[in-house]
Amino acid sequence: MSDIAISIKGLYKIFGKHPEKAVQYVKDGMSKADLLEKHNHVLGLKNINIDIPAHKISVIMGLSGSGKSTLIRHINRLIEPTKGSINAYGEDVLLMSKDELREFRRHKASMVFQKFGLHVHKTVAENVAYGLVIQGTSLDQAKSDSHKWLERVGLDGFEDYYPAQLSGGMQQRVGLARALATDADILLMDEAFSALDPLIKADMQDILLGLQKELNKTIVFITHDLDEALRIGDSIAILRDGEVIQQGDPQAIILKPEDDYIVDFIQDINRGRIIRIKSIMNKGNSVDGPSFHQNDVLEDVLPGVVASSNHIANVTNDNGDIIGSIELKEIANAIAKPAVENNTNTNYK
Amino acid sequence: MSFFDKFPSMSRDELLDFKKNVDSGFSEFTGEYGEAIEAFFDPLLWFLVWFEKLLLSTPWPIILFIVGALAWAGSRSIKIVIGAILAFVAIGYFGMWVDTISTLAIVSVATLICIAIGIPMGILMARSKYAQALVTPLLDIMQTIPAFVYLIPVVMLLGIGKVPGLIAVCIYALPPIVRLTNLGIRLVSKEALEAADAFGASYRQRLFGVQIPLALPNIFAGINQTIMMALSMVVITSMIGVAGLGVPVLRSISNQYLALGLLNGLAIVALAIIFDRVTQEYGKRLQKHRYGDHS
Ligand SMILES: Nc1ncnc2c1ncn2[C@@H]1O[C@H](COP(=O)(O)OP(=O)(O)O)[C@@H](O)[C@H]1O
Ligand SMILES: [Mg+2]
Repeated sequence: MSDIAISIKGLYKIFGKHPEKAVQYVKDGMSKADLLEKHNHVLGLKNINIDIPAHKISVIMGLSGSGKSTLIRHINRLIEPTKGSINAYGEDVLLMSKDELREFRRHKASMVFQKFGLHVHKTVAENVAYGLVIQGTSLDQAKSDSHKWLERVGLDGFEDYYPAQLSGGMQQRVGLARALATDADILLMDEAFSALDPLIKADMQDILLGLQKELNKTIVFITHDLDEALRIGDSIAILRDGEVIQQGDPQAIILKPEDDYIVDFIQDINRGRIIRIKSIMNKGNSVDGPSFHQNDVLEDVLPGVVASSNHIANVTNDNGDIIGSIELKEIANAIAKPAVENNTNTNYK
Repeated sequence: MSFFDKFPSMSRDELLDFKKNVDSGFSEFTGEYGEAIEAFFDPLLWFLVWFEKLLLSTPWPIILFIVGALAWAGSRSIKIVIGAILAFVAIGYFGMWVDTISTLAIVSVATLICIAIGIPMGILMARSKYAQALVTPLLDIMQTIPAFVYLIPVVMLLGIGKVPGLIAVCIYALPPIVRLTNLGIRLVSKEALEAADAFGASYRQRLFGVQIPLALPNIFAGINQTIMMALSMVVITSMIGVAGLGVPVLRSISNQYLALGLLNGLAIVALAIIFDRVTQEYGKRLQKHRYGDHS
């Protein structure tokens, strides 16, 4: 279990005057809508249980209002829970004293915000150095560190600019550099790229993935964008109305959606370009046909399988050993959209 | 039906007794504590006298230079610097130099006191809604109660002179800086504060690193208002023996000296405009970086 960085157990959050009372209604099965209507309390989170693996990118996804921001803010306790526990590196964040919590935020978990959260009265370099200054790092050290991190996000030369002089994408790079500068292992990113144009967004995802290869941070990444989730997530948890309705390997979520809400979510993705053959292969011995690497996506192997005489292909691992096989029929099935079982029930708020 | 014809009130005797009691109570209080309170304000008096003497003993060209330099430091505008110097030259030429310097001294000291008291008060108000609920009506009273009403107890307590004048000015001029400090801090964006919290800022780091710097333009608007209101008290304070431009104005009212009143009135206006332009320009410069001017 040592590779679990953060473990969230039985977490509830209810906004309102008497959350302790309201939490019982929720436990007894009351819906978010009913809770609001009958008791004037907002259900933020309901019985969340998530293990966040260390050094991986864990994506939490859901529509607006599903509780993503509320959830991520519990990890560094910007929001106090109604009930539950959050364990980070063996310490319960919810039991920390004020001072301990401050130390935790200074050294263990940093954050990147949707609206950047930069300090407009400080220069870019001062913004990046912010976490370091708060930690009490010497000014010289903070300055040289902030320079280093600005370089890493491609913003060297902008040290003395003010945030208002930069574009949105550049501002968020400052936000990212500021979060990385504190050397915290946990990086909390709340819709960090959602406010950016598609091209800039893709750039930022590349920057993040590039840095992650080297830095191996434990990243919790919030998004409402499935393409983004699939692109960067090592695992995905899907929230609806404050509840996790499915979590795990992104491939499994696409192939076996457990819920109409998720079916809706994955409706419009390009399945051929996302599903890897290892996710649908049959384990077993070699067959008579071409071979493909297990991480190849369906679209890439399709022409080869079609061209082969038996419409079947081998799946190999990194060493080139055959670990299973895949048939054309299975590829076609995987590419086809899953049926929406109940067509009338596709409007989620 | 006579009950409805006249509002039921205390009898004359009762009312008289009530007023007498209040008056004698306050007189006793004055007798008891007047000297102690006066002694408490002694350092203030000493400072005000010292500052006024310092300004008056400074040769006028140096004062002109300082006025120009301060105007430049605040506004970075050559127009405002020239305007300020010309105004002071005119003031001197029309024989109002000494009164103007006295007014300048009391307004400066009053402003300093208001800053020293008002900014912490504003911070406290922004921090706690109870403080806000308590202080807001107090500020309302300070701003609306006629100055003559609070002059009575102040004069009873401290007599006539500079210190009661200064206190009267401060009572009137304090509210804007408190209000605008409070407002400025409350207007600091939630995002900026959340970022400070998320990185583990302590209360002090949050206050001095984020809230006050971001509230500074509003705080400056408050200082500007405080100065304006202090200047507008000049005539009233001259009624309780404070030297300055208010004295000739008062004299010209009772003797119908039109020119004298006009000149001194205009001198007050000139001071107000100079203070206003300089502090406003400074306030504008403070928030320049918030807008995307690529410099
Ligand atoms: N401070 C609050 N008071 C009351 N309700 C809140 C508060 N913060 C969030 N909520 C509610 O909790 C739910 C989840 O919000 P949020 O976590 O911001 O969603 P998301 O980030 O997924 O868009 C929403 O219904 C929202 O209205
Ligand atoms: Mg959100």
